This record gives sequence, C-alpha cells and structure tokens, in this order.
Amino acid sequence: MARKRSIVDLCLTPKAEIPTGLRFAVSTLMWLLVIGAWSLATYGGFMQEIFLPSPTAVIAAFFRLFEDGTLGQHIWASVQVVVIGFVISSIIAVPLGLLMGTFRVVQAGLEPLVNFIRYLPVTSFVPLFILWIGIGIEQRIMVIFFGTFFQQLVMIADVSRGVQKDLINASYTLGATRRDAVLHVLAPAAMPGVLDTLRVTMGWAWTYLVVAELVAASSGLGYISMKAMRGFQVDVIFLAIAVIGLLGLLTDLVFRLLRMRLVAWAS
Amino acid sequence: MTAVTALRGMPAADPIASATPVAPRLRIEDVRLEYTTRQGKTVLAIDDISIDVPDNQFAVIVGPSGCGKSSLLYLVAGLNEPTSGRILLGNEEVDGPGPDRGMVFQSYTLFPWLTVRENVEFGLKRRKLPQAERDEIVNRYLNETGLAAFHDAYPKQLSGGMMQRVAIARALANDPKILLMDEPFGALDSQTRNSMQKLLLRVWEQHKKTVLFVTHDIDEAILLGDRIYVMTARPGRLKEEVVVDIPRPRSLDMVMDPEFIAVKRKILELLKNEIKDDEH
Repeated sequence: MARKRSIVDLCLTPKAEIPTGLRFAVSTLMWLLVIGAWSLATYGGFMQEIFLPSPTAVIAAFFRLFEDGTLGQHIWASVQVVVIGFVISSIIAVPLGLLMGTFRVVQAGLEPLVNFIRYLPVTSFVPLFILWIGIGIEQRIMVIFFGTFFQQLVMIADVSRGVQKDLINASYTLGATRRDAVLHVLAPAAMPGVLDTLRVTMGWAWTYLVVAELVAASSGLGYISMKAMRGFQVDVIFLAIAVIGLLGLLTDLVFRLLRMRLVAWAS
Repeated sequence: MTAVTALRGMPAADPIASATPVAPRLRIEDVRLEYTTRQGKTVLAIDDISIDVPDNQFAVIVGPSGCGKSSLLYLVAGLNEPTSGRILLGNEEVDGPGPDRGMVFQSYTLFPWLTVRENVEFGLKRRKLPQAERDEIVNRYLNETGLAAFHDAYPKQLSGGMMQRVAIARALANDPKILLMDEPFGALDSQTRNSMQKLLLRVWEQHKKTVLFVTHDIDEAILLGDRIYVMTARPGRLKEEVVVDIPRPRSLDMVMDPEFIAVKRKILELLKNEIKDDEH
C-alpha cells in the first residue's frame, strides 16, 4: 500500500531524512563547486593573480613556508596564544558561571556588570592592552581571554539555570546536603551544556586571535598574513586563512569527541 | 533540620525482615499556603488543611487540577514552607527536606548521568553506607521492582514506566518513614499505568509504608488507597475524607466490583461540584 517516496519528495519535505549516499554526494558537490569556481576565475584569467591566487599557488606557498619551517613556527605561536588564553578563561568561567546560574546572590552581583562588559567590542580594548602590557604574548592572551571569558560566563550561567529544579529537589529527598546538590547533581547535570559552550567559544577564541595578531605581533598566523599583505603575497594570506580554518575544524572535532566520551549518557 | 541530621547516622532498618514496622503517623495541622505572584498579588493556594494519616496507611489526595494537592506534597517533603500551620511526622516537625520523606516526582527526576543501579544507590551513598551494604540493598530493590536486567542502563535508554520504577526503587532503597508520590503515573499510557499500579500494590503490601499519593485519577485513588482525601478547587481545602474498605490484596479487576463503584460514585459526586465551580 505505502508507496516508496521519491528522492525529490524526500528532499522537499521539511526535516525528512535523506539517504547517506546522497548527503555525502551533495556535500562533496558543494566543495567541488567552490573550488571549481575558484579555479575557473584564476586559471581562466578572469581575476588577476595579484588579487586572487590560483589553488596551485596557495599549495606552492604551503610547501614553500612548510619547508623553511616558518609555517610550523607561526602555527605554534598562534596555537600557544589561543590555548593559553582559552584555558585560563575556561578555568575561571566554568565554576564562576555555574555559581552565577545557581546562586541568586552571585547572579545579582555579577550579571549586570558582565552583561555590560560583554557588549564592549574587544577590538576597542586592543590599544589599551598594548599600552598596559606591551606587544608580547601576554597582550594577545589578554585579547583572547577578554573576548571569550565574559561570553563563557553568561552562557554557562544559562546552562546551570537550565538544570531542572526537581533534580535538585529529588536529591534533597534522598538525603543530599546543599553541598552534595551542587557537586553531585548540578555540576554533572550541567556538563553537556558546559562542553557545548566550550566548543562554541573556542571558535570565537580563534577569531580574536587574528584580531590580536593583526594589530601587534611578531609571530603567528595573523602576523604572517599582515606581512604578506605588505608584500602583495596574496597566496600567503590565503594559506593563513585556510590553516586557521583547518585548526578551528580540528579543535571543534576534539571537543565533539570529548563530549561523546565524557557525557555519553546525554546524547 | 536537627531531626533530619540525626536520621542520617541511623543504620538502615531491614524492611523485609521486619514485615510491618510501625511507620510514624503524619499530621498536617492547619496548613495554609500563600504565594506572591510576579505582579505582587497574594494568592491563597491552600486554605487551612488538617489531615491525620494513621500509621502504615496508603493515603491518597484527589482534587481538581490546580487545587494545591501537589503543593501540599511539596510542603510535606519540606521543599517548600507553609505560610502558617505545621506538619509533623511522628513527633518531629518538618523543617526542610530530608531522607525520612522519600519522594517520587511527576516529572522524570532520575539523574541521567548515573546508571539505574547508581541512581538507586544515590541516597545510600549520601548516607555513607559501606559498599557491601549498598550493593545488597540496591540488588534487593532492583529485584523487587523488576529492574535487575536493566541495572547498567542509563535513564535515556528507558521508557517512562521504567524510569518511574527506578524512581520508586530509589526512594524505597533509602528506607524513608513515609513515601510521597506526586502523580507518579500521570504521564504514562494507560496500560503502563495499570502495570505500575499492580507493581506498587505488590511492593506496598510487602513494606506497608505510610504513603501519601497525589492523583487526579479516581480509579487509581480507590485501587491504591486506604483513605482518600478529596480536596476542593482553589483555594484547596479538605472537602471530605473517604475511607476505602475494600479488602487487600487488591487487583485491577476490582474496578467492576459494586463496592468499588459505590466509592467511585461518591467521589465523583464530591468532585462534580468542584469542577463545576471551577468552570464559572
């Protein structure tokens, strides 16, 4: 009786699942289209090499910088800044955010202030940071910290506010103390949301990295693209963008795996 | 809080060996509950309720929705405070939540990061019982509620009925003086609800713990209860106490018996006026 629905029908139905093969094919096709358009524009001579480098030029730039070691060195410089800034921020924001979402008095104290600060553009603080702490790695770490910390705080507070109150009530009727309720109920219940927050804010940390390195730095991926701009090396700019994208993708993957490992019970 | 803290140190009584331990009686004395809305209006939710539940009784509260029956249960649990009046369990006045009053909630409140076994173990761990004793108690209650095969499953792998089974086992494993149940089967389909009622009847007849059970399902109330407290529409008052004299053990077939139907007619009659009032 039930007729098998056609592929077209499935594609046009909201939220309907499509075959895995088709999904994979469509994803691949999109990539091919973008690279194809890029190739056409450059190899076809529609764009000048000085503004838009060809795919082969970018790959050549990769090997050139990879072989003389500069690429590795700058990637390392960038990764260091992002990781240190992000870790310091997370170590403070996770517990503080949980407290902020759990205790009304902490919320009352922090929320108005944090909500004000988090709408201040990080970029506008860069000159101040340079003035205060110079142009060393500390300055870039500060930019990452400032850019992620306040966002993390608000998002994690929301996560802990979202923990079902009856879970805590249930623990009380089982003999949990307030301390037990925070450590053994609230904290584990918030774990999936916390990991999601970290994954999202890690992406923002990469964005602020480039902001920090474009303005004042002597190493890093943002720095080499700034230097490449002055020398009209568009291929290097493209390379730096691609590398940042790949590193972002990689950290995202790490967080996904971490979530699957640590909070398998939630998915 | 003193009564509760004193209890934590107590060794767990063996509920099976001592077949019918005397559960302390629950007295709700002139309890009134007001709350203030966001607009600053004061609403009277419960108006001077006094209920006296004798030892080892299965007491059920029924009433129209919004009559404050769940709120009353939260007051007994100590999760909320009455505006005036007091609640006594035995000789101890309720002051805050504690493990002497186990509760099964209407919403699913299993800890999703713990397995079935670890959920049942939660209260025992808080009481710092040794591992061997915890294992023994947990196994006993898992067997009693038919959960032994699922002891390593996580809550998300369970159906609604199974989750409430775990919640019952979790509350009982802690050996509370009274078991509070807030429409525990309200979200289940009727077949699952029936099998849960059968399970609860069986388990209750073994332990004979004092139970305070809230429901809006009249059949469920008569099937399970020794006495039924019928409440009025908001503000909730006690309208009448109906004693159910149907002998135990009871089974689901009883819903057709004339004595069952007689009780049901009486309760329906009592509630009819309330629901009508509510619709005005």
